[in-house]
Amino acid sequence: MRHLKCACAVCLTGSDSHAQTRSKWRLATCEEDIREPALCYKNMYKSTCSRLTGLVGVSVNQKLFGRNAIRNHKSARSLLQMSRRDPSQWIHHLNFLKRQYVMRSNNALYQRAKPKQTAILTVLEDHRDDGMDSQIRQVPTIDHVPMVTDVTPQPETTTTNMTATPVSSPVSTVVALAVLKPPSSKTVSPPQTKVVSSAAESGTEMLEVPHVQVESDEAREARLERQWKELKVDLAELPDVYAKLSKIKLTALVVWTAAAGFAMAPVPFDPATFFLASLGTGLASCTANSINQYFEVPFDSNMNRTKNRPLVRGQISPLHAVGFALVCGVPGITLLTLAVNPLTGALGALNIFLYTCCYTPLKRLSIINTWVGAVVGAIPPIMGWTAATGALDPGALLLGGFLYCWQFPHFNALSWNLREDYSRGGYRMMSVTHPGMCKRVALRHSLGLIGLSALGPVLDVTTWTFPLVSLPINLYISYLAFRFYQKGDRSSARKLFFCSLWHLPMLLLLALTCKKSRTDKEGVAKTSSLAPAPLPLAVQN
Amino acid sequence: MSGKTTGYFLRRSPWPCNLLGPLHMRRISANASCRCSSSEPTKQGNSVKISQFIPAAESKHDWVGPPHRLSNLRPIIYHIPENETELEKQLRTLRQETEDWNHAFWTNQNITFNKEKDAFVLSQLKEKGLTERDEKGRKRALNSEEMAVFYKHFLDENCIRHANYNKDWYRRNFTITLLMGRVAFHSVWRTLAERRGWKKGGPTT
Repeated sequence: MRHLKCACAVCLTGSDSHAQTRSKWRLATCEEDIREPALCYKNMYKSTCSRLTGLVGVSVNQKLFGRNAIRNHKSARSLLQMSRRDPSQWIHHLNFLKRQYVMRSNNALYQRAKPKQTAILTVLEDHRDDGMDSQIRQVPTIDHVPMVTDVTPQPETTTTNMTATPVSSPVSTVVALAVLKPPSSKTVSPPQTKVVSSAAESGTEMLEVPHVQVESDEAREARLERQWKELKVDLAELPDVYAKLSKIKLTALVVWTAAAGFAMAPVPFDPATFFLASLGTGLASCTANSINQYFEVPFDSNMNRTKNRPLVRGQISPLHAVGFALVCGVPGITLLTLAVNPLTGALGALNIFLYTCCYTPLKRLSIINTWVGAVVGAIPPIMGWTAATGALDPGALLLGGFLYCWQFPHFNALSWNLREDYSRGGYRMMSVTHPGMCKRVALRHSLGLIGLSALGPVLDVTTWTFPLVSLPINLYISYLAFRFYQKGDRSSARKLFFCSLWHLPMLLLLALTCKKSRTDKEGVAKTSSLAPAPLPLAVQN
Repeated sequence: MSGKTTGYFLRRSPWPCNLLGPLHMRRISANASCRCSSSEPTKQGNSVKISQFIPAAESKHDWVGPPHRLSNLRPIIYHIPENETELEKQLRTLRQETEDWNHAFWTNQNITFNKEKDAFVLSQLKEKGLTERDEKGRKRALNSEEMAVFYKHFLDENCIRHANYNKDWYRRNFTITLLMGRVAFHSVWRTLAERRGWKKGGPTT
């Protein structure tokens, strides 16, 4: 059975921890809180959400979401039934979502929080209602206010969408719901099936959506009423909430960069310090991310990428989020200061301050925020290095430099496709206010990565094989940055962004493998076990 | 980007915001305070907020609703306990007022954005000599480069308004969180005091 995941803009970016959650089979909480079991199809570009995660997530979710587990089971069963019944139709309905959000994210839609054109495959079961054991639900671009879907088609995106979407969606139609309210649902269902079949038949481009309102007002009211949730802390959901609050994937990447910094330091490897430094950095990152989300609730609500964050959805209170941040931050910094060394602790505290008190407010004031953000990203590997050596060596700054330079192609590419959201949300980003600079800076810093790699042997951080083995990936990202600079369109931005996601871990890994072996006075020829032999490609000395 | 579109908007600097400019959106604050805190949940269903949701009487918690279609913010219905203290009432009032204020700002923001975007698209299409809809009846749209001019202009135009909103929002957020902290502390203190009083009073009864 085809693995279903959630369709939302986040998957376009793939960088938020939200994406990880969305890769699970998620009941009732896709895009907005809908109580019916909803299985959402996710737009899988080359997102970091993996199917394995999803499969694991299914089982985890079924355990955690006790009361939903039954519905989970039912809906999964119904889905299977539906797929058996008419698999081609089913795949049709799912296929039309492919790449849809790329276009949709440019639309001028008020109601970003509602899954406007995200077709949610809603599988409903109602024992009382024989005729309806599966329906397709499509959420409208609600245009009560005089505004219609505005699409900014890119030629290549459009064609991609065309080929991938045999079923055009009258996406502005609201179809289906209220199994819980049989009378109204019965009135709704005939027009709904009509709509769906017309959708299947039309099969034309999806640029324009006819505004056919099928849902009656009572049905809509009923649906909205069902979406009200009691604001009490659900212990079963807390781990997930905390994961999202701390942007767990981003935190993991930060810890990885700090660990790489630690491992690259030319000192004997101390596992205990390594572990403590990683833990402290992780906790500091959780703190910074939580405070960031705490500050940004109304802005996050209005942007597609972030509208499912816990504070936006009201899963926890602001006080709870601040409490979590303190519980992570105080022990984290204390750990770094006392158990590792004060320099690392100070850097950790500085990083939290820079991120929460400089970067977050600056996002709405000036484009300088991107440079501040790049510094924030550069500090963790420096922290890792100082945790090992206790000093700010040039090697630490080199590793920080890698992260600093990498940040620009990464973030500029990401922000390129979110320009409308940023503009509407009031975020001052280079991609919106200075698009030319945005592309130039991304290219410049991608090329800078090549230069920095060459500095590796110069500063005795790596052997001279490192610039060679890292050249292919550095050239590749520079090439993509150059294409982005030239074309400046959505697809080149997307390619550059996704490349940056694997480029950084790969670069750090290569640096680790090319780490310069330490020969100290005691005659230790090799460093720790973390310096395996260089790649076979490299010419040995 | 054509000269026409760039000529449509001007200005280029990393710091376009004059942060010492005229302060405050009194208009919006005034609007918000008009809809300020009533204790009955039914009053939530005013003309701006669509949902007429009324939580169950036995519920002891706040309720959060779906995102509003204009502001994308989620309304909250606050539970009023029987023995609500002055501090709790202050907190609830402040939260309700902030919610209304936020809602008003974002509704205005989203509507303005979309109106201006429409107007921009129309004007650009006119300059190109194109009609609003093409031969298939679909709305024409501009490509992302052309739209970027509008996005930039919108940001620049609303720079001060955004900065002021930001300041206000941070201030309110801090105040609310501090109040929440105080309320939480007091309720814990009260619970402990009651327990201590019960323990003392227990053996004698």
